Amino acid sequence: MANEEIREGLAEILEEVAGVQPDDVSEDKTFTDDLDVDSLSMVEIALAAEERFGVKIPDDELANLKTVGDAVTFIEKAKAAA
Amino acid sequence: MSNRPTVVVTGIGATTPLGGDVASTWEGLLSGRSGVTPLTDEWAQDIPAKIVARMAVEPTSVLERIEARRLDRCQQAALVAGREAWADAGFDPVHKTKDGVPDGQVQGVDPERLAIVVGSGIGGALTMLGQDDVLEQRGVRRVSPLTVPMLMPNGPGAALGLEFGARAGVHATVSACASGSEAIALAVDLIRAGRADVVVAGGTEAVVHQLPMAGFAQMRALSTRNDEPERASRPFDKGRDGFVLGEGAGILVLETAEHAAARGATVYAEIAGAGITSDGYHITAPDPTGSGAARAITLAMRDAGVEPADVVHVNAHATSTPSGDVAEAAAIRAAVGDHPLVTAPKSMLGHLLGAAGAVETIATVLSVRDSIVPITRNLEDLDDGVELRVVTVEPKRMPVPVAVNDAFGFGGHNVALVVRKV
Repeated sequence: MANEEIREGLAEILEEVAGVQPDDVSEDKTFTDDLDVDSLSMVEIALAAEERFGVKIPDDELANLKTVGDAVTFIEKAKAAA
Repeated sequence: MSNRPTVVVTGIGATTPLGGDVASTWEGLLSGRSGVTPLTDEWAQDIPAKIVARMAVEPTSVLERIEARRLDRCQQAALVAGREAWADAGFDPVHKTKDGVPDGQVQGVDPERLAIVVGSGIGGALTMLGQDDVLEQRGVRRVSPLTVPMLMPNGPGAALGLEFGARAGVHATVSACASGSEAIALAVDLIRAGRADVVVAGGTEAVVHQLPMAGFAQMRALSTRNDEPERASRPFDKGRDGFVLGEGAGILVLETAEHAAARGATVYAEIAGAGITSDGYHITAPDPTGSGAARAITLAMRDAGVEPADVVHVNAHATSTPSGDVAEAAAIRAAVGDHPLVTAPKSMLGHLLGAAGAVETIATVLSVRDSIVPITRNLEDLDDGVELRVVTVEPKRMPVPVAVNDAFGFGGHNVALVVRKV
């Protein structure tokens, strides 16, 4: 799965869970400061991403996913390892 | 006592089985419309009561999708009613920063003098039950991180506290079907004690679901007049056989008369007194003499400084259960007398549990302001044990200088409020 597909998938999840406009979801954006995602929504996004991409995002890894790009990279690697 | 502030109502909001706002609800009460409909959901197949009084307007059709998905249905209802009451009181929407945090600039009220009290009988039961299904079927890691804030009983009050940027405290009264009235009583206390200038207060409930309905049905508390939904809720009538479960919310903005005058707010009426007692008799059955209920009414009248003869109207709790209505009738007679004109709005609304007292206090406030008492629907054959003058057929136009609203809850809770014309 290409990075762009993962980014688009995350954008759909962000819109569903937190009402973020898909156009705003670029890899350089931080979830907390740029996209106004709170800690509860972040957990929801992680759960949705786990289901959508068939990966597992442990809590200690989730804490390191500051930007959309961080998440795309993590999911890509996790899928490759699976 | 002479120096204590006068507490007035400056805003009202509601979403009920009769309509999505106060105007449609009040129109429904005055026209004697029933909000009760058949319950046809598949989950209800084994529930003996197949009638229900759902909110006439889905809260999710009014709220933004993103805000609604973070709120339990009872919180959604409270937010809908709360926003109506807030705007009705003449307040602008609270400014918020980009993160959704109120920026402390609230026109017309100091946030540190603004408190919230929202009661609920049961709280976020739909969330708890829904997430229990998720837990059972899909495991711990699929349970929503919003589960706790959505099910906690203080959640509706907390949601309004966030919405309006209230910084003087958020409270949740929990006294079953008296919760909404107790919220108003607590709001009056907060204002009189000097802890707040403005309190947004009321009640909310939304538990139309298999387990709560099964529980009420097992108590034999629900009407099973399934073939005649609109005739099922019949307070004070000989043929009554239980209450009809309803859902909705009622929210009022209360403030000192001084504060209301200073900002030029329109005043509906005064909440002149409150009385709270407990039966100490049985966990669910009312004391058949109605003595606890009567004491609550007497305390409320004393608090307001009015005599029984002054009370010309009682907006009754009257849920349409066989024992409750008779005990209440005895209480009203004992505390007030046989002169007041009584009405039972649950004949149209169904029983909104923790929202009932708040929605029905709003109706009482409008009766006082507009000099009109709504009818009691479905009262065809007055129970011999109900020696009251109940309004039927058509609304009664008459001056209502002083009225009483009472509410009772499982657990032996009794709350009475005195509403006075300004």
